[in-house]
Amino acid sequence: MSYALPDARGHFGVYGGMFVAETLMQPLTELREAYERYRADPDFLREFERDLKLFVGRPSPLYPAERWSDELGGARIYLKREDLNHTGAHKINNTVGQALLAKRMGKTRIIAETGAGQHGVASATVAARFGLECIVYMGTEDIERQAINVYRMKLLGAEVRPVSSGSKTLKDALNEAMRDWVTNVDDTFYIIGTVAGPHPYPAMVRDFQSVIGIEAREQIFEAEGRLPDALVACVGGGSNAMGLFYPFIDDESVQLIGVEAGGDGIETGRHAAPLCAGKTGVLHGNRTYLMETADGQIIETHSVSAGLDYPGVGPEHAWLKDSGRAQYVSITDDEALQAFHELSRTEGIMPALESSHALAYVKKLAPQMGRDKVIVVNLSGRGDKDVHTVAAREGISL
Amino acid sequence: MSRLKSRFDALKTAGRKALIPFVTAGDPQPQITVPLMHELVKAGADVLELGIPFSDPMAEGPAIQRACERALMHHITLTNVLDMVRQFRETDSDTPVVLMGYLNPIEAMGYETFAEHAVAAGADGVITVDLPPEEADDYLAAFNRHGLDPVFLLAPTSTPERIRRVAEVAGGFVYYVSLKGVTGASNLDPVEVEAKLAEIRKQVSLPLGVGFGIKSPEIAAAVANVADAVVVGSALVNRIAELADTPEEILKTVPAFVASLRDAMDQVEVNA
Repeated sequence: MSYALPDARGHFGVYGGMFVAETLMQPLTELREAYERYRADPDFLREFERDLKLFVGRPSPLYPAERWSDELGGARIYLKREDLNHTGAHKINNTVGQALLAKRMGKTRIIAETGAGQHGVASATVAARFGLECIVYMGTEDIERQAINVYRMKLLGAEVRPVSSGSKTLKDALNEAMRDWVTNVDDTFYIIGTVAGPHPYPAMVRDFQSVIGIEAREQIFEAEGRLPDALVACVGGGSNAMGLFYPFIDDESVQLIGVEAGGDGIETGRHAAPLCAGKTGVLHGNRTYLMETADGQIIETHSVSAGLDYPGVGPEHAWLKDSGRAQYVSITDDEALQAFHELSRTEGIMPALESSHALAYVKKLAPQMGRDKVIVVNLSGRGDKDVHTVAAREGISL
Repeated sequence: MSRLKSRFDALKTAGRKALIPFVTAGDPQPQITVPLMHELVKAGADVLELGIPFSDPMAEGPAIQRACERALMHHITLTNVLDMVRQFRETDSDTPVVLMGYLNPIEAMGYETFAEHAVAAGADGVITVDLPPEEADDYLAAFNRHGLDPVFLLAPTSTPERIRRVAEVAGGFVYYVSLKGVTGASNLDPVEVEAKLAEIRKQVSLPLGVGFGIKSPEIAAAVANVADAVVVGSALVNRIAELADTPEEILKTVPAFVASLRDAMDQVEVNA
């Protein structure tokens, strides 16, 4: 591969880096060293692959959405079925990798932050699988909105700690997890759920998630005998998108498109689209695009999809945007909901609201492309968790 | 000579240790900050540490998190904080003022503009919690151009290599975070602190301040015995929180507590 970012200190151009309090600098260095050692260790990789196969259920299929493609009347659309993974989303690929690393590092306690609860459930799941203590931090607003996932985590043996500071959502849960980590660095491994945070997290999470793109690349060659013309994935923090994009970065003919949450519409200011409408700054350990006020305070985001409701984005996406290698667009809540219904009815697949943002953009893109073109879209999670949200928005009480 | 250097030199000559109280600018309301700063000086503060409110203060415990939230309810900006320093300077040209905050508001203003305006307002040093020396090249260049002291943190987890890195770039003093944890956490262990300070002194010639977990006159005195400066934040901020509805009480109660710290520290025999 000719693409070789980040650099040794975790920079993707001006983005990324290690912006944390001094206490965490040494633990992050230890984590980086451990990760560099084990990512090249055949035993570690064998164990990771074994768990991806037997515990997660990989490889996930690359499914040709033929009826939907016909209906849209343009490019042929393939869905990378991460929704079929154990726990229902791509999140588990990363938590398996980090839990294995935690064990190798001799850590007995894992902590995680969660917004919608998917990463919390995936962390609680691997903690149970590997016999680790698990604490999940979650904003009180999100706990209210995602009661079922909270209960799932408890069933899996994790402790869910409510976070009532700041906006009481994902970003505050992340702050609180950092505070726990700084207090308990000796025995604790912090499993970050996305390609953000201080180095080495953005690169490490990307690498664990790149199984998505590695499989998709093989599968599309099998199905079509060639590279796809475009990859489309939703971007909150951006881990499912990085996982799909990364193995294709050197394939310049492949267009990479990240879809952010447009909320009520970019023009309203009520959205979660830092790449489309934010500016650069420093939060949660890395320099990236952020949703912030003119004087540098982080602002609350809005999206129907809790998994995209985050004011920052992984630093590699910031770099891919500036370098022009990837394009970033936004999709509103309403457009995402339409796509949610459309895929459910046309293909019998109920997508997560996060993934519905990617699908909604494909709805616009595919008809502009010829029948000979191929799009791969990451169906990053299943929609069962969102049934209550969709019903509530449509005035239906279940 | 910088205000911080002359203050620390004078204290050393007098055989005393510096007391550095911390308050968040604009907590619980903007009008109280400058009068409170003056009262803290009267109560025996040698250096003032003024917090820049931030929406996501990752290294703070609940006390200073809530202080940030109270200040941000009044939409306190970095520009407002610098205005408070300027106002304070109108009647106090000697007491050093160190700002403490997070990088994003400083980035939003721009390093160069910030350093220029901070010095013009009369600030002496800045602690940026989430900025380790590794990421600080441009920041340091701006600080050096304008003569602003970059105060860096060291922690129980800092290796000799990291101590060296901080020693190379730090200005004013070095702030030792006494425990693994957030501000306002459980009590520090004076024996551990003493051992680590000895290790740090092998490479750092600047004065060493100690903060995090200093809650009582007794602990302040114990720390004064081994460090050059004692930083007390959450214990003050908790008192401010209790009196948020009666601000005039803050101007009495908080300085009285600082005076009790000063008394305890002054009992310490300085082994210079």
